[in-house]
Amino acid sequence: MRALISIALFAALYEATARSGWFAPALVPTLPLVGARLYDMLADGSMAGHALSTLYRVFAGLALAAITGLVLGFLVARYRALERFLMPLVSALMPIPSLAWAPVFILWFGLGNVATILIVFYAACFPMLLNTWTGARAVNPLWLRAAGAMGAGGPALFWKVVVPGASPFIITGLRLAFQRAWIAVVGAEMLAASAFGLGWVIFDAKEFLNTDIMLSSLVVIGAIGLVFERLVFGTLEKTTVARWGMVRAAKA
Amino acid sequence: MIEVRDVTLDYDTPRGTVRAVEAASFSAKPAEFLCLVGPSGCGKTTLLNMIAGFFTPTRGEIRIDGQAVSGQGRDRGIVFQDFAQLFPWRTALGNVAFGLEMKGMARQEREAIAREQLRLVKLEDFAGAYPHHLSGGMQQRVAIARALAYNPRVLLMDEPFAALDALTRDEMQRLLAEVWRETRKTVVYVTHNVAEAVYLADRVIVMTPHPGRIKAEVTIRLPRPRDPLSVEFLEHQKELMRHLTRKEEAR
Repeated sequence: MRALISIALFAALYEATARSGWFAPALVPTLPLVGARLYDMLADGSMAGHALSTLYRVFAGLALAAITGLVLGFLVARYRALERFLMPLVSALMPIPSLAWAPVFILWFGLGNVATILIVFYAACFPMLLNTWTGARAVNPLWLRAAGAMGAGGPALFWKVVVPGASPFIITGLRLAFQRAWIAVVGAEMLAASAFGLGWVIFDAKEFLNTDIMLSSLVVIGAIGLVFERLVFGTLEKTTVARWGMVRAAKA
Repeated sequence: MIEVRDVTLDYDTPRGTVRAVEAASFSAKPAEFLCLVGPSGCGKTTLLNMIAGFFTPTRGEIRIDGQAVSGQGRDRGIVFQDFAQLFPWRTALGNVAFGLEMKGMARQEREAIAREQLRLVKLEDFAGAYPHHLSGGMQQRVAIARALAYNPRVLLMDEPFAALDALTRDEMQRLLAEVWRETRKTVVYVTHNVAEAVYLADRVIVMTPHPGRIKAEVTIRLPRPRDPLSVEFLEHQKELMRHLTRKEEAR
């Protein structure tokens, strides 16, 4: 509800600016115009097509990143030798913006899904790895002792104690990874996608000065991001770690 | 039957080797309630942790029913002081059933036993509650039920009520005495609270620090349930206090 009020206020501010006459209408179209364009694109299915290809890329990249980050994160937390080998590498690679890899990936894999997915993967991998690593080390030693006294060891100890014990960090990692991935995918599509995707729509519309199309795509990008952040990750947190009292539930 | 024979534990610190426990020997008969009492640093918790199998003694050995202890085992249940010992992602029932789950028992069977254990600590109405919704005293009761559920021969308790308020602590001591009478486990109970030891124990082992040594053994023969205000109870308390303070005077 609060979120709706914030968004409505922001929209009103934009509309006032658009109607003020300070800027060319072609560059700052009014909201009804953007709305009409958005409606058209939704009605003819083109927007859905773009959104779906973007979602496909983001989830392919995110899934790869989540699996890689989880596996490496737990391994690094478990084996000191691997930690010593891998973590300096992570520190060196992490500060490189994923988009800086775009030209390299395009040369290696050509324009299209592979390059885009790899850029998303690169962006999402590090928060997942670092949070899993931290989460595994933050598991309360008392849980491990209690579980050990009750005969838990090996896979049972890992799945029933270490994983749920690390889950607040893992869920936060997933959340951050999604945010990074969502930012990366739009940029990646501008550079590396060939005919589809929300980012590509924006870039393509620029060529024809179609500001209303650009803004329509931005609205959809924001809306999908909001839905995932609030509904998917919010619900995931509420039904797990917040319910268990391991983190406090967000109020907004 | 627990036998602790001539157990010594040294551990290394940056400033050299520290002796936490020196040449401790005692035994506990089946169904006996044994208290280890002493000030902090006397090695009582270290000794308990060795019986639990978390640490290995530097010298000496520990046997349970004739078998040398090596590592953790399901023949011992353990309850810690910290409320956070429960798994927050499991309900009270799920926590209590954990040990049985590790044994590979089917869901229905283990939940029935877990419910029975919760009844023993008077928490049958809270089976579905998550630990963070329970008070400290309730969480410790769940921990006791959890340690008993897989039917270990020995129950090891490390100051389980030390973080509770005085009223709750009294209530928990009564409850524990009752649970012990019903289950007849061998209990080794660590505490720094002399009155608690006299209330619960058949026999009290008094320890003193630097290095951790056994100073005395006191058998408590008061009839149960015990009255903490009776003259005999206070006499025992005084006796324990004498053992705990005399060493300080000598130094």
